[in-house]
Amino acid sequence: MFNKDRWREILEVLTSNVWRTIFTAFGVCWGIFILIVLLAAGKGLENGIKKDFGDIATNTMFMWTRATTRAYEGLPQGRRFEFKIDDVQAIRDNVPNLRFISPRNQLGGFGGNNNVVRGIRTGAYNVYGDYPEIINQDPMSVTSGRFLNYNDINEKRKVAIIGLGVRNDLYDQDEDPLGTYIKIQGVNFMVIGTYKKNNSGGGEEGQKEIFVPFTSFSQAFNRGEDVGWMAITAEDGSSISNLKDKIVNVMKDRHKVHPEDTRAVGYFDLYEQYNRVESLFGALKAVAYIVGIMVLLSGIIGVSNIMLIVVKERTKEIGIRRALGEQPWSIKKQILMESIFLTLISGMVGIIFGSLVIFGINSLLDSVGPVDMFMSPSVSVGVVSGALTILMVSGLLAGFIPAQSAIKVRPIEALRTE
Amino acid sequence: MIEIKDLHKSYKMGSNSLHVLKGINFKVEEGELVAIMGSSGSGKSTLLNILGMLDGADSGEYNLDGVPIKNLSETKAAQYRNKFLGFIFQSFNLINYKSALENVALPLYYQKVPRKERQEKAMKYLERVGLKPWASHLPSELSGGQKQRVAIARAMAAEPKVLLADEPTGALDSTTSYEVMDLIQKINDEGNTILVVTHEEDIAHMCKRIVHLKDGVIVEDKKIEQVRAEQYV
Repeated sequence: MFNKDRWREILEVLTSNVWRTIFTAFGVCWGIFILIVLLAAGKGLENGIKKDFGDIATNTMFMWTRATTRAYEGLPQGRRFEFKIDDVQAIRDNVPNLRFISPRNQLGGFGGNNNVVRGIRTGAYNVYGDYPEIINQDPMSVTSGRFLNYNDINEKRKVAIIGLGVRNDLYDQDEDPLGTYIKIQGVNFMVIGTYKKNNSGGGEEGQKEIFVPFTSFSQAFNRGEDVGWMAITAEDGSSISNLKDKIVNVMKDRHKVHPEDTRAVGYFDLYEQYNRVESLFGALKAVAYIVGIMVLLSGIIGVSNIMLIVVKERTKEIGIRRALGEQPWSIKKQILMESIFLTLISGMVGIIFGSLVIFGINSLLDSVGPVDMFMSPSVSVGVVSGALTILMVSGLLAGFIPAQSAIKVRPIEALRTE
Repeated sequence: MIEIKDLHKSYKMGSNSLHVLKGINFKVEEGELVAIMGSSGSGKSTLLNILGMLDGADSGEYNLDGVPIKNLSETKAAQYRNKFLGFIFQSFNLINYKSALENVALPLYYQKVPRKERQEKAMKYLERVGLKPWASHLPSELSGGQKQRVAIARAMAAEPKVLLADEPTGALDSTTSYEVMDLIQKINDEGNTILVVTHEEDIAHMCKRIVHLKDGVIVEDKKIEQVRAEQYV
């Protein structure tokens, strides 16, 4: 394999007609370039879409109550009901494999009125009553101070963690918000921390949230035992999509909802959405591979063609070599190696060229700022090594027919060729 | 050294077949210098090709140094050619992108002789044909006579049992022809067995034995007084 003479010969043959070699190489180069760029574009789209999921634990469902649509056990149709704090324990007791169950209450919302006041500044923010676990389901990084803990919950402390957006609205640039008070619907809360959401999940809105302990929220805003909605995350091994019916049924049972009332308990299965997106990108990737390999195929046929011509041109030389005693297998190996070498080198050029284009797009994206639904296109090492394997195999295939034809000619006929 | 018995060979040309060799019986001892003569179409090149294992006979026996040559696979034939035979062609058949030295070293490469040893040996044979200063030249930079001498050095390099020369002087003028024949005679003097196919009388008379072929049979086989080529050089 690493025979100096053989390699010298390969180089001699391939450089004897430089332009022909370059044009042939271009076919393969182009094919692999298309493959790489398509895969990177698919990845960029995937990154862009997945960004919208943010860091949210994707194996999660959200559940809330609506009016019943069927009468049941003497209760009328159209009845409104609320989840209670006891429901959390009931779900935990009845449904296995759940990792987090966070009951949540909420103030404000999209287009809400100003509900938070600090001094002369006011703003409209989403205010959540939460348990400390919520940080695992809706990840954020605490930039100063701390997040909620169970002492806050148990002692019903009126403390709040505010987003950077809130901080920028209500405080001066050089002010330290920690230890200050903000008034949420007339109730004072002490700011104990600020957070920043890493990915702009929900965009600007995500940074304009305020988290307070669930218990203090209930007490301060008269929610009693009520729970507005729940965020439930399953353990890694099991899918929330499979568990959601069980959870909903527990709720129906506890709140005297007709078992066939499909509208009384509303839910959103994030995992299902996520999976749908995942399979979409799987299909996209398959299309990229198919198109790329098809383009590559025409390049491979080009290589095969040129190798046939090379063999034809060298018929006499092959005859001489065989007369001097070169083994047919050795000649075959020579042709195959030339073909693989040509394919691999031109493929690598294609990969490098593709990577440069991807790099260019990335730095362009960096300079103009984020674009909707497209982010950092890239190809993984796995894809590159996959591409190299494809090249290796196709080089072998491209060389096979020419190599076969090289040793099919009998030496005497080869020698007669002028 | 070479022994053939009742050798037949015919070529198919479309529907009719051409009977080229019609029962050749022929023996060559070690150290002989044999000229095979005949007009074109007499079958002399075919005979040489069969002797050179480049072509197979239809029937008959062929023994080379006691080894029966029959139904060889291409791999085996290549091995035997490399071990037993050296070829000298009319058109030299040097590989034109390789230097004289590399051309001479080629048969040794197929014997898997290490690179350094190969080059030393090749250089030794180039020196013997008087072309050491041209070792690094490409065939295109050599004259016809020089090319044929490189080809002879290449044929000798593997130290074969028999040298087969197909019209070795066919493409050369007479002065160069004699130079080449002089070289062939000297190689023969060292005890090498050489077969020369030619249609030139003067070249044939520089051998020690002339075999005349006509229409696929041997019509004459005589030992002759060798004319030394030295005197013309």
